[in-house]
Amino acid sequence: MSEVLLAAKDLGVKRGQRWLIKGVDLTLSSGQITTVIGPNGAGKSTLVRSLLKLTKTNSGSIETKPKLRIGYMPQKLKLENTLPLSVARFLDLGRHKEHRLSPALWQQLLIKCRAQKLLDRPMQQLSGGETQRILLLRALLRKPHLLVLDEPVQGVDVTGQVALYELIGEVRDILGCGILMVSHDLHLVMAATDQVICLNQHICCSGHPEKVSQDPAFTELFGPQGAGNLALYNHQHNHHHTSHGDIIDGQHHEGCNHG
Amino acid sequence: MVDFLLWAWLGGLMIAAIAGPLGSFMVWRRMAYFGDTLAHAALLGVALGLLLQVNISLAVVLVCLLLAILLSTLMHKRIIATDTLLGILSHASLSLGLVSLSLFSHQNIDLMGFLFGDLLSIGQQDLVWIGCACALVLVVLVWIWRPLLAITVNEELAQVEGINVAWMRTLLMLLVAVVIAVAMKVVGVLLITSLLIIPAAAARRLSNSPEQMALLASLLGMLAVSGGLALSWFYDTPAGPSVVVIASALFFLLFSFPRSFKAA
Repeated sequence: MSEVLLAAKDLGVKRGQRWLIKGVDLTLSSGQITTVIGPNGAGKSTLVRSLLKLTKTNSGSIETKPKLRIGYMPQKLKLENTLPLSVARFLDLGRHKEHRLSPALWQQLLIKCRAQKLLDRPMQQLSGGETQRILLLRALLRKPHLLVLDEPVQGVDVTGQVALYELIGEVRDILGCGILMVSHDLHLVMAATDQVICLNQHICCSGHPEKVSQDPAFTELFGPQGAGNLALYNHQHNHHHTSHGDIIDGQHHEGCNHG
Repeated sequence: MVDFLLWAWLGGLMIAAIAGPLGSFMVWRRMAYFGDTLAHAALLGVALGLLLQVNISLAVVLVCLLLAILLSTLMHKRIIATDTLLGILSHASLSLGLVSLSLFSHQNIDLMGFLFGDLLSIGQQDLVWIGCACALVLVVLVWIWRPLLAITVNEELAQVEGINVAWMRTLLMLLVAVVIAVAMKVVGVLLITSLLIIPAAAARRLSNSPEQMALLASLLGMLAVSGGLALSWFYDTPAGPSVVVIASALFFLLFSFPRSFKAA
């Protein structure tokens, strides 16, 4: 059963005279992955930050499920070199007093995030991909109802990106949480998403990935080249759709029958 | 042992002990210059305390806290680059303090004592004050250690996880203000930050956890106080600067060790 976790209506954030985002409506439900895509400067991070109440909103309202627990994975973690902090300690700081993972679930997620061998390492010595996996793990520690990921694959190489998106999908299945994800590379995300929101100050188009990718507004936002690239990746990582030919009539689709 | 030397030593040890963990936070949060600015403002507190005839330590804490709140508000508004802002306020408050001291106080005050500390003048009465202040800071610090560490690692993450970031920041500034008010006796307003920052920085290389670094910083600070006092006693050097000299020597000594000595 999917349950509404968060509903935002007519959300707007203004800086000076300029609206960074305006008139954004969105609903996040449990078990659903929602991806916000859009070009640089489209206000993606602003949207996420306003939903997390990290930034002030100038219009609209946000309603959340009572006692909503959010797991947040920030875009980047800048850690001072002067702070001696092991991975285990970093994770410990994110633990919730009451809502903890069962030991079995903790082990499972630890293995899923390939973090077993990282626990004793200093945070500063992790590679980009390792840092992102640890950040994800920390966001999961409080058994969130809603997981919010701001550009989760930043600083990760392409194979790592694919793995990370798969991991995020698996996490959704394990915890049954809702996920809100921000991305500016549309191709990799599309397959693992239930709902896509194209943002460019306002919502250009939204809905199921297949529908969105055919929307003229989407093509306009990313150009035919960007939109066309989608087919290639959809083809490789689509686990939900049966008829690939329907997604996009790009030059890349040959028959592929998995899923 | 001579009594006043004992009081000086005990007072110095207590302040060094509390400066360890607090100084570590200042190092982790890059607050060195911020602390300097607050310390300079302490002189203004002294002037106001003398003028209004209230307890000087209390006046210092209040002025530091007010300035800290003003500073963080200005920093938040990003009117001007933070280091420029701190540079302006740091010297403005120091000069304002010096000017108002000369305007308001007609009795002879020991300006050098305020600027560079007068460790050897610590009496039993002061010792009680220092003890109370250090105990208070320690209790609060232990109490808020975890959330404070969480906001030091990442403020946004901490806020989403339900920690009141603004409140924690204010508390930390309050603690720094209290330590500045009592440490003024030991090293003076010009050198206070060094007592906070240097032992913590020196401890970094040998530590694997935040707690280890805080504890080690306390020990190194206490060592510096003891060494500085001995230097001052035997060679008749000014006590405050001697403490800072020993602390800096410890820092350079620890950093010149081969890398193998470094914590993994």
